[in-house]
Amino acid sequence: MSFNNLDQLYRSVIMDHYKKPRNKGSLEGDSVTIDMNNPTCGDRIHLTLKINDGVVEDAKFDGEGCSISMSSASMMTEVIKGKKAEEALELAEIFSKMMLGEDYGDKYDLGDVEALQGVSKFPARIKCATLAWKAMEKGVNEQK
Amino acid sequence: MNEIRKQFPVLNQEVNGHPLVYLDSAATSQKPISVLEAIKSYYELDNSNVHRGVHTLGNRATDSYEGAREKIRKFINAKSTKEIIYTRGTTTSLNTIATGYGRMNINEGDEIVISYMEHHSNLIPWQQLAKEKGAVLKYFDLEQDGTITLETVRNTITDKTKIVAITMASNVLGTINPIKEIAEIAHEAGAVIVVDAAQAAPHMKIDVQDLDCDFLAFSGHKMCGPTGIGVLYGKQALLENMEPIEFGGEMIDFVDLYESTWKELPWKFEGGTPNIAGAIGLGAAIDFLTEIGMDKIAEHEHSLVEYALNEMEKIEGLSIYGPRDPEKRCGLITFNIDGVHPHDLATVLDMNGIAVRAGHHCAQPLMKWLTCTATARASFYIYNTKEDIDVLVAGLRQAKEYFNDVF
Repeated sequence: MSFNNLDQLYRSVIMDHYKKPRNKGSLEGDSVTIDMNNPTCGDRIHLTLKINDGVVEDAKFDGEGCSISMSSASMMTEVIKGKKAEEALELAEIFSKMMLGEDYGDKYDLGDVEALQGVSKFPARIKCATLAWKAMEKGVNEQK
Repeated sequence: MNEIRKQFPVLNQEVNGHPLVYLDSAATSQKPISVLEAIKSYYELDNSNVHRGVHTLGNRATDSYEGAREKIRKFINAKSTKEIIYTRGTTTSLNTIATGYGRMNINEGDEIVISYMEHHSNLIPWQQLAKEKGAVLKYFDLEQDGTITLETVRNTITDKTKIVAITMASNVLGTINPIKEIAEIAHEAGAVIVVDAAQAAPHMKIDVQDLDCDFLAFSGHKMCGPTGIGVLYGKQALLENMEPIEFGGEMIDFVDLYESTWKELPWKFEGGTPNIAGAIGLGAAIDFLTEIGMDKIAEHEHSLVEYALNEMEKIEGLSIYGPRDPEKRCGLITFNIDGVHPHDLATVLDMNGIAVRAGHHCAQPLMKWLTCTATARASFYIYNTKEDIDVLVAGLRQAKEYFNDVF
């Protein structure tokens, strides 16, 4: 088997986030908690967000799932930390566009998140990648 | 074997640059030419509604539709076609039993016994019924190897038990349950037994009179037939006493302004224009399977499972769920590889043209029992070969290497 096609999906930065997730755990105290799962496959995320004065000050996640869902969660927490709530929501929209293979502009530095671009070529896996972002959107909207 | 494979046009294609290796028949089976032709021929030559036309096409459609019912009767050795009800599939069949029989016969404090290995469709209808009636839902415990012992069955069923609902073959563990013996114990306690045969009917001989089961449910699409058609078998005396679930056309006898009466069995349970093409397709599927022989199909799958178990066990870090003894299981193997999530595994295999299932297989309580959230499953049917398993095993090795060594 050639790994070429797979390499579009599984970039080493993705596997790095999968094996060494950033912001893993749960925030204590005054925070928003969101539990979401993907009923068709069993992926599960527990996300806690600390939002003060319209700014996402901290984010942590816990959960179970494949490399795509867990690395996406790890990257998402990294990129939204310190962003305004509105910006975080905008990032979720940008991420959706990326998953649909649409042009998502260059307004933000997406950092490692760019590595997930390849997921758009694997329609069955898009739901894995978007789980954490959907949870974040829900949490931020609840806090608004 | 080549002759059989040739009957399945879908198998003759490349997926992601590799010949398709279809190992997801437990989810849905592929369809042979004879089934596709039967459906096409019905629509091209006989399309008409059943049981109402005086015209020739109506008669032909009715004959084919009822002819298929007789084929199903013979296939499971039911006493009468009155006991064969067409449904949308196993899920609808089981819900019809839970609603039509359960609501009338279950009272507060009664027990319904199911097992940890039930598919959601043989679990939630009973959960709902128990909640509605204040009945107690109990589970047969599983042994370490994913089987149920008759001792457990005897200890779980009591004189309060009114319904025992159990799968004949598990869609995750592959376990084949001793239905005949469980039915006997259930009957001694005065309970009825409901059998989910979705994973059994496609793969092994079923004789409802020998099993002495009270109800049995299965789907057409897992046994070479089309989707959207399934069967509810029930003993005539039980069905006679059940009220219809759906009311409307096709199922009525006389309709007055304030009262109506129902047709006789089996039609009182078949409200609305039925899935005529589906029934005819299922009839053709039964012809196809019967011609090969159910014993031969079971034997073929046993040999594939035995071969696959041996080959897969050689892969380090691969764990297999369910009984090790191939005689105790049907044609599927559920497994996990250390360090590779089943979704990732399924994607790697798909890139190699191999179709397997990954996820919780609609059996979340069982996943909890197995202490995992997801697994991968390879399932076999008459068109699979040892070569398919060799391709799978090579794919598994590559996936393991890819995730454990490349990164």
